[in-house]
Amino acid sequence: MGLEIVNEVRKDYVHDLIGSGKRVDGRGFREYREISVERDVIKRAEGSARVKIGNTDVLVGVKLDPGAPFSDAPDKGVIITNAELVPLASPEFESGPPGENSVQLARVVDRGIRGSEAIDLEKLCIEEGEKVWIVFIDIHILDNDGNLVDAAALGAIASLLNIRIPNERYGLTGESTLPMRDTPVAVTAVEIDGNILVDPNFNEENAAASRLTVISNADGTLSGMQKSGSGGLKEEEIAEVVEMGIEKAGEIREKYLFS
Amino acid sequence: MKEGKGEIELIKEGKRLDGRGFEELRPIKIEVGVLKRADGSCYFELGGNKVIAAVYGPREMHPRHAQDAKMAVVRYRYNMAPFSVDDRKRPGPDRRSVEISKVSREALDPVVMREYYPKTSIDVYVEVLQSDAGTRTAGINAASVALADAGIPMKDLVSSVAVGKIDGEVVLDLDAMEDNNGEADMPVAMVARTNTITLLQMDGRFEKEEFERGLKLAMSACHKIYELQRAALIDRYSESVGEGEE
Repeated sequence: MGLEIVNEVRKDYVHDLIGSGKRVDGRGFREYREISVERDVIKRAEGSARVKIGNTDVLVGVKLDPGAPFSDAPDKGVIITNAELVPLASPEFESGPPGENSVQLARVVDRGIRGSEAIDLEKLCIEEGEKVWIVFIDIHILDNDGNLVDAAALGAIASLLNIRIPNERYGLTGESTLPMRDTPVAVTAVEIDGNILVDPNFNEENAAASRLTVISNADGTLSGMQKSGSGGLKEEEIAEVVEMGIEKAGEIREKYLFS
Repeated sequence: MKEGKGEIELIKEGKRLDGRGFEELRPIKIEVGVLKRADGSCYFELGGNKVIAAVYGPREMHPRHAQDAKMAVVRYRYNMAPFSVDDRKRPGPDRRSVEISKVSREALDPVVMREYYPKTSIDVYVEVLQSDAGTRTAGINAASVALADAGIPMKDLVSSVAVGKIDGEVVLDLDAMEDNNGEADMPVAMVARTNTITLLQMDGRFEKEEFERGLKLAMSACHKIYELQRAALIDRYSESVGEGEE
């Protein structure tokens, strides 16, 4: 209960500051917090990355297991994305089965990767109709200071860029790398009192009525989008987020995925 | 998963497989107040989609710790009947329906005047009886009318439709064949009076310009659906006054 009241007070603080053109941490409206991407942090995983955006800290691990393909796609690998909002990461998170926020987070990240066709699923076929690689993308939130989607999506693609296919472990032979065909990057913004703020921190997310994530690819095409929150957005606001999303995704891709 | 992409020709001689033009909606049928026990209800057909929405409340919210001391909480349950799809769907919530329930609730939240009923819940139940792509949009259209039928104060109705891309063309209101073989799908919900977008999702691949065109197309179709929703409500309440049946 106490926590809710504190969050209410912080909400007012965010609104007041924005009224005078400022953000709680002094950033510009179109400015990200500092980002860091550390790859291959988990030796047991076939790919991993730890992404920090300000105080937000997300660990993504990718595991590959041989398994049965879907009957309607016998020659294609399978992607399964999961997110856990573990109680260690925030006083708002509770243990238990995945709630709607963790389901949404995983599905939005999954949508970006799928829509971009970054992974050539046919390259993941081991034996048609029998055995394919199942790519498990597991998103583990360590510290939640807002904008989990962008951190998780960046962690997922950063992990996928360095996958080692564990052939030996299963007595298989074949390619040991998985070349990525694209690099989808998510950019999220919130709308607060008619202003668009990119990369919202926890207090800004809490104060915002609506949030929009735009996932875009290296060539500027869009491969996923999700509005969330109990507010609405104007067409011009959406256009602003899309335009900024493509621009920021380009910067993030250059700086943190190809360096 | 977008299977079989490009394997089936979805546009022939400028027409879609069911004969529609690119910017044409499927036939829509709306019936208001179709359930006796619910406080409000609506049956909505969009082409091969058949959905029914019921509203209960405002009523005391359980569990109590989920109450909001300042306003009503809208709860939305999107559920597909096991027989609504080709391969039987296992009953109960899956990850897809959890997400759809969340974004659909958030599509309606902006119009429901929740501050009138603190500590209560307004429960919206949407059952998909038959599905043909676009079920979440049909569900939102039905739910919005059902909320009005329940007498819940609202700023406006919410209207919803999807746009997508098939054979390289931006088209309105994909059916299941088009959705399964198309390149992109984007459900949109809108408050017609203010042109405020309350649901926006996209999967597949869109050029920026295609997205912009698609959004405009969806918005203009939402205005058409809005008129049908209004007409259905007016029709219902102009005919039944004085019967004393309920």
